[in-house]
Amino acid sequence: MHIVVCIKQVPDTKNVRIDPDTHTLVRQGVESIINPFDLFAAEAALRLKDRHGAKITVITMGPPQAETALREVMARGVDEAVLLSDRAFAGSDTWATATALAAAVKKLNPVDLVICGKQAIDGDTAQVGPEMATFLDFPQAACVKSLDLADQHHLQITRQTDEGTEVWKLPLPALITVVKDVGEPRVPSIKHKLRAKKAAIPVWGAADLELAPEQVGLAGSFTQVVRVFSPPRRSDRILLEGDATQQAEQLYDLLKAAKVPGI
Amino acid sequence: MKALVDPNKCTACGVCEEVCPASAITLAATMAQVSDDCTLCGMCVDTCEFGAISLPEVGTGPMANLADYRGVWVYAEWREGVLHRVGSELLGAGRKLADKRGVELSAVVLGHCLDGIGEQLLPYGADRVLLVDRPELAHFTDEAYSGALRELVRRERPEILLAGATAIGRSFIPRVAAGLGTGLTADCTELDISAEGLLLQTRPAFGGNVMATIVCPHRRPQMATVRPKVMKPTVDPRGGRIEPVEPPPECLQSRVEVLEVIPERDATARLTEADVIVSGGRGLKKAENFALLEQLAQLMNGAVGASRGAVEEGWIDPSHQVGQTGRTVAPTLYLAVGLSGAIQHVVGMQGSQIIVAVNKDPNAPIFDVASYGVRADLFEFIPAFIRKLKQEQGG
Repeated sequence: MHIVVCIKQVPDTKNVRIDPDTHTLVRQGVESIINPFDLFAAEAALRLKDRHGAKITVITMGPPQAETALREVMARGVDEAVLLSDRAFAGSDTWATATALAAAVKKLNPVDLVICGKQAIDGDTAQVGPEMATFLDFPQAACVKSLDLADQHHLQITRQTDEGTEVWKLPLPALITVVKDVGEPRVPSIKHKLRAKKAAIPVWGAADLELAPEQVGLAGSFTQVVRVFSPPRRSDRILLEGDATQQAEQLYDLLKAAKVPGI
Repeated sequence: MKALVDPNKCTACGVCEEVCPASAITLAATMAQVSDDCTLCGMCVDTCEFGAISLPEVGTGPMANLADYRGVWVYAEWREGVLHRVGSELLGAGRKLADKRGVELSAVVLGHCLDGIGEQLLPYGADRVLLVDRPELAHFTDEAYSGALRELVRRERPEILLAGATAIGRSFIPRVAAGLGTGLTADCTELDISAEGLLLQTRPAFGGNVMATIVCPHRRPQMATVRPKVMKPTVDPRGGRIEPVEPPPECLQSRVEVLEVIPERDATARLTEADVIVSGGRGLKKAENFALLEQLAQLMNGAVGASRGAVEEGWIDPSHQVGQTGRTVAPTLYLAVGLSGAIQHVVGMQGSQIIVAVNKDPNAPIFDVASYGVRADLFEFIPAFIRKLKQEQGG
C-alpha cells in the first residue's frame, strides 16, 4: 500500500495579529509550524503502516524552506518526501494548490490513499483535500475520526458530522481528511531523525508535474484577495460589577435584552 | 510574478517593508521594491495607505460565456429528513443579493422523501425551490450530492451559489466547485455585491486575527460557503414555485457505502448546532464540577464545551473540546467559565455573537474577547446565575 500525506507549513497563528495602534499586520517573530491537523494525517498513515505495512510519502507545496517541515514528518517514520516548489506556484488559491498536489499524487502513482488534515489553521478553508479528490477522481471522506482497512481494497472510516458520527466504506484509492481523534502524533525517534536528516528530497516544479504556467499559481487561480483588514473590535465590552449575585442579575438582564435563545 | 508598486503613489514610507512576511520588500530611494521572494500573499496591499501596491490579476482572463450566468442560488441543506436552518438564513442573504442584481432567487434541496420540504422554504424569500428527490440522496455522500448539484448548475447557470459552511457544505461544495472549474471561498461571514456584479466575500483568516475580502472575477458561478447563524432569515413570502428536477442517474452515483449514521446521544455534545454553549476549563478543578455547567446548559437548552486543558485532565470527553484542534463553534451565546482563553481556544469560539467570560483572574486573556466580563469565583457566580435563571423561568 502506498499512502501520500499532504502537509502545509503555516505561520503560528497566535503570533499573527493587527497592531491596534498602527492597524498594520504584525508578524514579527512569527514561527513556521507544521499545520497541527497535518500531524494527525501523518499519524493516521503511520498507524496504518504499523498494522498493515505501507510506504508513506509526504508532500508539501511551498517555498524551499518548507523542506524543514518534510524532514520533521520523516523523523516520525514517514519513508519519503517530495517538495513542490516553484516561483510559478506563488499566489495559488485552493484550486491552484489542489491542481499541483493532485498532479504530484498522479506522478507518485500507484497511490492507494491520500490523507490530509481537516484544514490548515492559516487559511481555514478545508477545500484543498476535497478539490484534490475531485481532480484525482477519488471518493472522499472528510473529518475522519478513525480508520482501518476493511479488506485489501476498502477502507472503513468513522467520520464526525455536525450531529454525530457516520461509518463509511470507501473503495481504494481514496482521499480522506482527518481530525485529532485519529491519534496523538508520535514523537520523532533518533533513528528516523538521522534518516530524515540525510534523506534526499526531490524538488518538483510545474514542469516536472507537466503543468503549464497558466494552470498554477496566480494565473491558475480563480479567487483573488482584494482587501485584508483588521476585524472590527468588540464595541460592547462591559465588565460587570458587584458581588456574584449582583453580577448574575446584571448578566441575566443583558442576555435577556440581547434576546439570547433559552434565556 | 510579484506585487506591483505604483511609483507615482509610493512615498517610500516603509510600512509595507515591515509587514511583509516573506521579507520581500526593501526601500529604495523613492519607492518600495519587491523582490522575487514575494509570495503574492497580499498582506502589503491593504496596509498601504496610499493605495500604491496591487497584486497582478488572477487567472487568464474571463471565461467565454460569463454573461450567460444569471440568478442567485442557495443550497438549502436537508439532513435525514429535516431542513437545516442555515437554508433560511442564506435565503435572507441571497434575497438581498438577488434584489441588487435584479434576478431570481432559487433554493436547491437534495434529499429523499421531500414532500412538504419546498413549502417550508418558500416563506423566506425564494422565487422558486428546486427539489431533487432521489433514493440515492437519502444519506449524504460527497459524490452523489456534488454530482447532482453540478448537473443542476450546468443546466441553469446561476451567477452565484451559496451554501452553509456546515460539516456537509464544507465537505462537498469544494467538490462542486472543482468539478465546475470555478472559485470557492470558505466560511464567509459577510457578503455584498459590487456594481459590476462581483460577489464580495469576506471571511476571517489567520485564526480570526485578520479579515479578507475575496472575489472570483472571471469564473461563474461565484461560490461561497457561509458560516451558520451569521445571516438572518427574513420572512418574505412571494408566492414562489416548487420545481422537481430529475438529474440523470449517472450524476447520482457514489462509490462510498454508508454503513451507519449514529446521531450524538449526548445532547450537550451537539456543539455546532447549539445556540448556547457553556464551556469549562481547568478552573473547574475536577470532573464532578462539570455537572454545574451541564445544569446551566440544560436550563438554556445549550451544549457543554471544554478547553483542551479540561479534556487533557480527563474531566470531560474530547468530543466537547472547542478550539484549534477541537470544534469551531459560533453560537449566539458562549459562556467561558474558568478558562483562561489561550489563543488555541479563542480561534475556535471567537465567531460567537456574545461571549461571556467568568474568571477570577482579572488578567485572563479571555476578557479581551469577551462581550461581558464577570470577574468572580465561578463557584459563587454559576450557582447564583442558575438560581436567577430558575427564578425567572419558574415565574
